[in-house]
Amino acid sequence: MTPLVDAVALEKHFASGEGALLARRAGRLRAVDGVSLRIAHGETLGLVGESGCGKSTLGRLLIRLTEPSAGAIFFEGEEITRLSTKALREKRRAMQIIFQDPYGALNPRMSVEDIIMEPLLIHGAKRDAPTRQKVSEMLDLVGLPKHARDRFPHEFSGGQRQRIGIARALVLRPKLVVCDEPVSALDVSVQAQIVNLLQDLQSELRLTYLFIAHDLSVVKHISNRVAVMYLGKLVEIAEKRELYRKPLHPYTQALIAAVPVAHPANRASARAGRVRLPGDVPSALHPPTGCRFHTRCPHAMAICRAEEPKIAEPVAGHHVACHLIGPS
Amino acid sequence: MTPLEVGAQAQGEASAEAPGSRRRPFVATLGRLLRHRLFLTGLCLFGIIVLAAAFAPIIAPEDPNRLAMRFKFLPPGAEYPFGTDNFGRSQWSRVIYGAQLSIAMGLAVVALNAVFGTLIGALAGYFRRLDDPIMRVNDALMAFPAILLAIGITAVLGPSTIDAVIALAIAYIPRTARIVRASVIVLREMEYVQAAIAAGAGHWRILRHHILPNAMAPLIVQLSFLFAYAVLSEATLSFLGLGAVPPTPTWGNIMAQGRQYMTEAPWIITIPGVALMITVLGLNLLGDGLRDVLDPRLRVQP
Repeated sequence: MTPLVDAVALEKHFASGEGALLARRAGRLRAVDGVSLRIAHGETLGLVGESGCGKSTLGRLLIRLTEPSAGAIFFEGEEITRLSTKALREKRRAMQIIFQDPYGALNPRMSVEDIIMEPLLIHGAKRDAPTRQKVSEMLDLVGLPKHARDRFPHEFSGGQRQRIGIARALVLRPKLVVCDEPVSALDVSVQAQIVNLLQDLQSELRLTYLFIAHDLSVVKHISNRVAVMYLGKLVEIAEKRELYRKPLHPYTQALIAAVPVAHPANRASARAGRVRLPGDVPSALHPPTGCRFHTRCPHAMAICRAEEPKIAEPVAGHHVACHLIGPS
Repeated sequence: MTPLEVGAQAQGEASAEAPGSRRRPFVATLGRLLRHRLFLTGLCLFGIIVLAAAFAPIIAPEDPNRLAMRFKFLPPGAEYPFGTDNFGRSQWSRVIYGAQLSIAMGLAVVALNAVFGTLIGALAGYFRRLDDPIMRVNDALMAFPAILLAIGITAVLGPSTIDAVIALAIAYIPRTARIVRASVIVLREMEYVQAAIAAGAGHWRILRHHILPNAMAPLIVQLSFLFAYAVLSEATLSFLGLGAVPPTPTWGNIMAQGRQYMTEAPWIITIPGVALMITVLGLNLLGDGLRDVLDPRLRVQP
């Protein structure tokens, strides 16, 4: 069966070094550098990594909110990287996004009804009773009261705003939803509500999620598979249980070890096995040679500095890019 | 969860649940404006001038251009509240009809700025490709002091009311465009604009529904100050003989004419000056109030 999304060697470069009129310097920031991944129908793929590693950019590339510099994206087997503006607009029905910041994501001058209705209007609906009915259904679905429709975003709490954003993303009945850190800006108690809502909606509407986060416990809760990014590269991708039980890449191991342990009795043992990463993330403008992680890797070898590791699949469905593993 | 978070959450819930809190942003803003003292003061001062201009034929029934040489240089008194000028014309009528012209020209300049400043600013801010060419021309125009540019343009077009309006509009549009462009650049990156793109919205819809409504606040503030500058500059132009041609009364040409008789008949130059001052002060206070209430940087997040 063809995957819902198949991204091949995606790259996104940003020109950097703000040039004046005459002195443009050709600095290139490779936010996403040769990422290939597949997302199957109905699954949730978690995407984790430190801030600035390119995970949000990757999410936006997949739904063409950002134009890729190179590579191709196939959506249900159809290449969407070469679609005309008009065809792309039609395709956008099937792929939507939920944002991190529930404040910046809603137009303060539009009522909730207008916000949720807008995608329908863009795709040819009239402002009539059936359309209003659809908005009501969406409000119901995301757990907002009926009277919310005439109100404005500033009258709602962060969690409720996130529900409005979810309603707007789902009103077109998309297949793929990119959740770009949808709970990172919320209180912990509200986070749980929103995560549960997303899960309920997924089974009800048969959605496929790309769930971007830096909180590994949330990703563990919601995902089927998890992908780990470091400095614009995918370093490891595996089925969730496999990845959390047997992380192969030293970076993944460090990330998982850094998750705080709730129970005090378990802390000592967790501390004993913890891998600590020295130093900071190198600048994406001048990424290290060879394996990008070698500057902070506790197991770095000579080859790591010289040669970029290829992606290997030591266990079925478990891909990792590291010289320690695989056929080097 | 800390008590603080519980409180914050409860508050958030309450604000959405409480009945009768269905206040549109517009109504809320109007309420805050009417509680702003400086804004109200400005509104009163400017209101006096606008009312005088609007009801000029009723409150100043005497023809502002009727010559009566017998009554020239009469000081302010019962019959001529503001005295008479060197042709015996009623200063009361002339100043009030001058207000009419000042307000009309100010409005025209503001309207031209609102249309073209918004258009140019929005194009430059929204379409990155147009930004450089448009803004470089804009910067070149802004390098000249506005009044100097206006003098230059009227020198080409010739002195008349319409030409003065055009000259002032051209002199100020680059400034308005710059302000609109700055807001548009910020708004273009907002996530709700991204969401609209993700939903398939076209450029026109995004500008019309998402960017321009949110760029209005700084524009309105700018336009209220611009009104004051336009009235002042119009007076300057007609003082220099580049505005409306006499005998049409304008504050500027009344003052120019009164300048010669400053010692014998100081009321001729003083009264239109005071009227001009009240107008500009009123508009500036109005603008200050609008800025306090509308500018998002000062607005407290609810």
